[in-house]
Amino acid sequence: MAKLNVNGSVREFQAEPDTPLLWVLREQLGLTGTKYGCGIAQCGACTVHIDGVPTRSCVRPVSSVEAKQKVVTIEGLSPNGSHPVQKAWAALDVPQCGYCQAGMIMAAAALLKANPKPSNADIDTAMSNICRCGTYNRVRAAIHLAANGVKRP
Amino acid sequence: MNIASTPVSRRRFIGGSAAAAGSLVVGFHVPALAQAQGATPSEVNAWVVIKPDDTVVIRIARSEMGQGSLTGLAQLVAEELDCDWLKVTTEYPTPGQNLARNRVWGNFSTGGSRGIRESQDYVRKGGAIARVMLVQAAADEWKVPASECRAAASVITHTASGRKTSYGKVAAAAAKLTPPTEVTLKDPKDWKIAGHRVQRLDTADKLTGAQLYGSDIKLPGMLNAAIKDCPVVGGKLKSFNAAAIQAKPGVKKIVRVGDSAVAVIADTWWHAKTALDALTIEWDEGPNARLSSLDIAAMLQAGLDLPEGIVGNEAGDARRAIASAARKIEAVYSYPYQNHATMEPMNATARWTAERCEVWTPTQNGEAALAATAEASGLPISKCEVYKMLVGGGFGRRGATDWIRQAVAIAKEMPGVPVKLLWTREEDMQHGFYHPVTQCKMTAGLDAQGNLTALHMRISGQSILAGLFPQNMQNGRDPVVFQGLNKGGAEGAFGYEVPNLLVDHAMRNPPVRPGFWRGVNLNHNAIYVESFIDEIAYATGQDPLALRRKLLAKSPKHLAVLNAVAERAGWDKPAPAGRHRGLAQIMGFGSYVAACAEVSVSDAGVLKLHRIVAATDCGHAVNPQQIEAQVEGSFVYGLSAALFGGITLKDGRVEQQNFDSYPVLHMSDMPAVETIVMPSGGFWGGVGEPTIAVAAPAVLNAIFAATGKRIRELPLKNHSLKKA
Repeated sequence: MAKLNVNGSVREFQAEPDTPLLWVLREQLGLTGTKYGCGIAQCGACTVHIDGVPTRSCVRPVSSVEAKQKVVTIEGLSPNGSHPVQKAWAALDVPQCGYCQAGMIMAAAALLKANPKPSNADIDTAMSNICRCGTYNRVRAAIHLAANGVKRP
Repeated sequence: MNIASTPVSRRRFIGGSAAAAGSLVVGFHVPALAQAQGATPSEVNAWVVIKPDDTVVIRIARSEMGQGSLTGLAQLVAEELDCDWLKVTTEYPTPGQNLARNRVWGNFSTGGSRGIRESQDYVRKGGAIARVMLVQAAADEWKVPASECRAAASVITHTASGRKTSYGKVAAAAAKLTPPTEVTLKDPKDWKIAGHRVQRLDTADKLTGAQLYGSDIKLPGMLNAAIKDCPVVGGKLKSFNAAAIQAKPGVKKIVRVGDSAVAVIADTWWHAKTALDALTIEWDEGPNARLSSLDIAAMLQAGLDLPEGIVGNEAGDARRAIASAARKIEAVYSYPYQNHATMEPMNATARWTAERCEVWTPTQNGEAALAATAEASGLPISKCEVYKMLVGGGFGRRGATDWIRQAVAIAKEMPGVPVKLLWTREEDMQHGFYHPVTQCKMTAGLDAQGNLTALHMRISGQSILAGLFPQNMQNGRDPVVFQGLNKGGAEGAFGYEVPNLLVDHAMRNPPVRPGFWRGVNLNHNAIYVESFIDEIAYATGQDPLALRRKLLAKSPKHLAVLNAVAERAGWDKPAPAGRHRGLAQIMGFGSYVAACAEVSVSDAGVLKLHRIVAATDCGHAVNPQQIEAQVEGSFVYGLSAALFGGITLKDGRVEQQNFDSYPVLHMSDMPAVETIVMPSGGFWGGVGEPTIAVAAPAVLNAIFAATGKRIRELPLKNHSLKKA
């Protein structure tokens, strides 16, 4: 049995070493909040944190994640949706279909941790996730809201 | 009521408790409607169920795919019901229940921006009827006339005595009453819940990973399947070497699906997918093995000068007027195939036995999904059921049923075992129902003063109805081809007044399957018309706004949205240094829309979208903040296609595989969007699609203003905007 530290607990699983982390999370550990969108690290729907670094789990072999590294998925970002990013997202009604939003939120949370007051250019660089519904402008506004506590007029 | 500030925790509590009580969204064991649950909720009527704790469950027949109509429809019911909005939750009835109850919930189909506008009448009546029954039940209990009682926020008050009761207390008695046959609906100007910037009902679970999509389903004992359909359009499956992958980890079975696909069933999807990747497959490539985009373009081009077309709109004698015109302007445009590329790839979970077949899937058309399930399962429809999952992006793609048929065919190979079929992104990219491909020749006749006296618009290209629903053709004519170009009507009237007008279609149907792609034919029709109007304006030395105003003088609603964007954008003042503007307007899906784009193009040819002002007159606006979200999203979808999109064929195969070869708009490309929602009342228009159509032409016209380059063929990425 291999081991992963996910959302604060050590989880055991069985998978071939080259299985992408995404599919271990979804199929072995039942954490389906992290989504499959492209499988080639293009869309970001599969974004999780590994030791705080936003990572596209669809191309990350599970064997390359060490047992001591801390993996955080959308389910573990906060116990009850209370992370500032989640609260800002709720305040601005950001999601449409919602499928890409776990990845968006994880990318935004990592950005704000590294850069608490990002500029628009910082946001453009960090947020390369794809949303087909077109929530980009609300995502941007919500990141600013989470960073500055400034509500939309 | 301060609806917009509803705390998340409150909404979460309500949503959570409703889910626990058996809302469909939880859906693993067969979801049942609220009436069947233990805590004695009362079905007042098909739309309204009320629990003793005053929770209001509103039934929603149309599919939610991000467009927000679940919340909008609930607002409309709640408005007439006069219930407490904070106690509202929703659930989907199933297509099977709809069938069993004589389609009491009407049409489930969710496309064509119809969700609100085509259900508003009966869902509002549903809410109003339930309110009358609840008030009557309270009046009966108090032995007073119902006319002496008032309802507000789920509380019924006997005005004279001040006695009060709640909906939850009288719901059981109300459910036993005979519904009134006639109710009076509120005047929209009196709305308190509808018409306001209410927050969505379905946000909280999308922020925590708790929201379950079709691709997330895990049923007890479930297996997973990956599929490959013949990559050549119209080709078939010849053979595959199952033995070579049979021993791969987790593989259970390798099965032929229909006559063109093969699937691997395994314990996990990753095992199924990797085994399928290793499978040697021989295809019968069929008659389209050499088909390329160049062949298709040549086929369409031949239609541009065909003497006769199928007429969509006609006034005067355009051909003769053009022949005798003082001046003639001509331009040829084209629009490529586009894929929907929903973020959630196609998927369905099916469980088949000889007695029953059940399917869990994200669908835009639950009833079509049920019919497809019955057909593919070989069982009567009464022995089938479909559980609709929240749709992870629809855009028209999920009105089809192809993947459902595949999932049922696969499940039939494993009787009694639920099997989840999930497409790869590559499968999704190559087996779409693509936005149809068209070319268009625009010809204008001008008099000596430069006035537009005649216009001939010849569209050559693919008909969606001919490809998908030939039974809906009207004497060989596909009316959907003429979206936004019609002579009058409530759906999409051509606003410009041209004394001699001919809009006609040379139907050219390549073997690539077409589909309804968000905005449908309005997309290219708006590009052709609005680019060409711009060309006429520049060719005759007229201001693009002034020319449009002149031609729209007798179309006041078209004119009003155009004027609104021009005013907000500051058209009468110069744009900021280096920026240039472009306009577009059109009517489609029952609404009037316009956009003004502001762009800059560097000497090196780098385009930057700075700002887009958009206006929408949808008649009645049920939730302005969600309309704004749809307008913003429309620019992302429309501009993704115009700037980057385009499905091409080579050797009979779709060349694009994934988001690396079918790029889309990213956040860094996104302009600021200012949305003017200006409902003028008296009609109900759609919102999800019309704005997409003005996105591209507004930007293309702004690019012309910036560079003098008229882009008539998309996507834009194939053109250099570099200064010559």
